[in-house]
Amino acid sequence: MDMKAPEKKLGIKEKYRLLTRDLAWQPTYRSEKEIYPYLDYEGIKIHDWDKWEDPFRLTMDAYWKYQGEKERKFYAIIDAHAQNNGHLNITDGRYLSALKIFLQAISPGEYAAHKGFARVGREFAGAGTQVACQMQALDEMRHAQTQIHALSNYNKYYSGFHAFAETRDRIWYTSVARSFFDDSMASGPFEFLIAIGFSFEYVLTNLLFVPFMSGAAYNGDMATVTFGFSAQSDEARHMTLGLECIKFMLEQDPDNLPIVQKWIDKWFWRGFRVLGLVSTMMDYMLPKRVMSWREAWEIYGVENGGALFKDLAFYGIRPPKGWEDAGKAIDHMSHQFMLGFYQWRFGTAFHSWIPSDQDMDWLSQKYPTTFDKYYRPRWDYIKRAEAEGKPFKNFGLAKLCQCCQLPCVFTEPDDASVLCHRQTTHKGEIYHFCSDGCQEIFEDEPEKYVQAWLPMPQLFQDPVNGDLAAWMDWAHLTDGLDNGEYQGSSDQRNFDRWRGLATSNT
Amino acid sequence: MTVAARAPYDFKPRDLMENFHGKQIVYAAWDGHLLFAASFLICVPPETSFRELVEGPLAQLLSIDPDAAAIDWAAVQWLKGNQPFSPDFDQSLVANGIGHKEQIRFRTPGLNSITAAA
Ligand SMILES: [Fe+2]
Ligand SMILES: [Fe+2]
Ligand SMILES: [Zn+2]
Repeated sequence: MDMKAPEKKLGIKEKYRLLTRDLAWQPTYRSEKEIYPYLDYEGIKIHDWDKWEDPFRLTMDAYWKYQGEKERKFYAIIDAHAQNNGHLNITDGRYLSALKIFLQAISPGEYAAHKGFARVGREFAGAGTQVACQMQALDEMRHAQTQIHALSNYNKYYSGFHAFAETRDRIWYTSVARSFFDDSMASGPFEFLIAIGFSFEYVLTNLLFVPFMSGAAYNGDMATVTFGFSAQSDEARHMTLGLECIKFMLEQDPDNLPIVQKWIDKWFWRGFRVLGLVSTMMDYMLPKRVMSWREAWEIYGVENGGALFKDLAFYGIRPPKGWEDAGKAIDHMSHQFMLGFYQWRFGTAFHSWIPSDQDMDWLSQKYPTTFDKYYRPRWDYIKRAEAEGKPFKNFGLAKLCQCCQLPCVFTEPDDASVLCHRQTTHKGEIYHFCSDGCQEIFEDEPEKYVQAWLPMPQLFQDPVNGDLAAWMDWAHLTDGLDNGEYQGSSDQRNFDRWRGLATSNT
Repeated sequence: MTVAARAPYDFKPRDLMENFHGKQIVYAAWDGHLLFAASFLICVPPETSFRELVEGPLAQLLSIDPDAAAIDWAAVQWLKGNQPFSPDFDQSLVANGIGHKEQIRFRTPGLNSITAAA
């Protein structure tokens, strides 16, 4: 009888070598240049791809096992949430606006990140890099799916969730996140890695996911908390990889430093603009608030970001160019943006409302130098007008920034009484910007941004040609249902009625 | 600077005037009146006179501001592309040098009831 010798168990290091690095081979009948044609044109120089380190040494077999386990837990909770009317456990129906923005603007970004990593996994040389990018591509696909599944339960009961893909492509505030990802995907592989792997994952994740997930926990939304947890360990890995990537580029050649610095400047600013959406959620949309946007910025931006850039100073990297302007904007951005959301509420696929007196007192306490001086008088006027039967509705469409695509709602960094007007002329055409940061990004690569699809000017072109009702149809926005004031919306009526049925005998 | 690319990279802007079926875009802002969150985008034919622009779509959009009725258009100070500008109300946008996607701004010193503190 043949006795099979017991298989020797491989150590992690050995297994990693066999299952990643060992998958590579030397091409014989095609040149490296033909196989990897995208490695040179951005100007980044890599001399030794083997120097790339994957700090997790994660191999595919281990990856499937971990992820499978997480999926099982996730779907068990999501099923329970659906079966037990989990949607009625949220603090208040107003909370749904934060979720709608997340699904319309951020979840499609996960899918975009998936596409981008799948692509750069092919474009980079070096088996270690390729495998790490492939796993991140799968993670991001999983994030998009779990988010859509978790939030689909809300779609059974509430408005604004039904057409997130069209909303993402066609409505104005979502185009901020869309253009961020489109810009990254239209970049070369190295810039993509800085844009998503570094700026998005490393610098911004804490300011985006942490507030959303703690907001969900504070407001009784188990579905969102669950996908947050399920994604958290992936994001921790992405953050570490993002940092590894940047160090790898900087260590490979001194000529890479100015290019990497330029991308850090650019993608910090683009990311900061996407965070405008998050700031409104934190300060205005959560019925039970976690912390103010300013407090989140202090912890995650100033403290964590500050420590990171101190580390990177070793490589010659300085803090992003827009850092100071960002700091000046912190006490203003959520208010300026929310006043915009509210007055253009005919065109949003979520509901908004005038903050209550209690909300406003909280805001003046959190923003002692700005809220009472600049923003309370505007809300007070809007409230008075509403009480007099003249609700404040701005039917003018807004000037958008050619770079970040936000409406130009921001004021001068040093004067909150003057809107920031920036413009430039390129080949006879005028372009407008919300800030110096956005103008500089445009001027560095004008050929790219002249093609920007800006939702507001597009409304006056084919196929809509200025017809607002036709625009709503085209954007899958049902007037009177998905948009407008929360008070009196079907979401409000339904939530209050169902919750009443669940918590009382009437 | 120019875009990093592997091949000639030259694409058409998306917002060329030819896409607007004979109209053009004008952006307009009332300085110091931040109840309005951003400049207005107004889409009108280039033959529109400055007066028609102001008394038509612009006045209509401004009407929800409590100061709107008190604007003395004869005393208003104008900017075009962030530079001082004296429009001729009876001339067209073209004749006033207001091209496609031009930004105009106006100031009404002394008239500011909501954001006066600011
Ligand atoms: Fe993700
Ligand atoms: Fe990620
Ligand atoms: Zn911008």
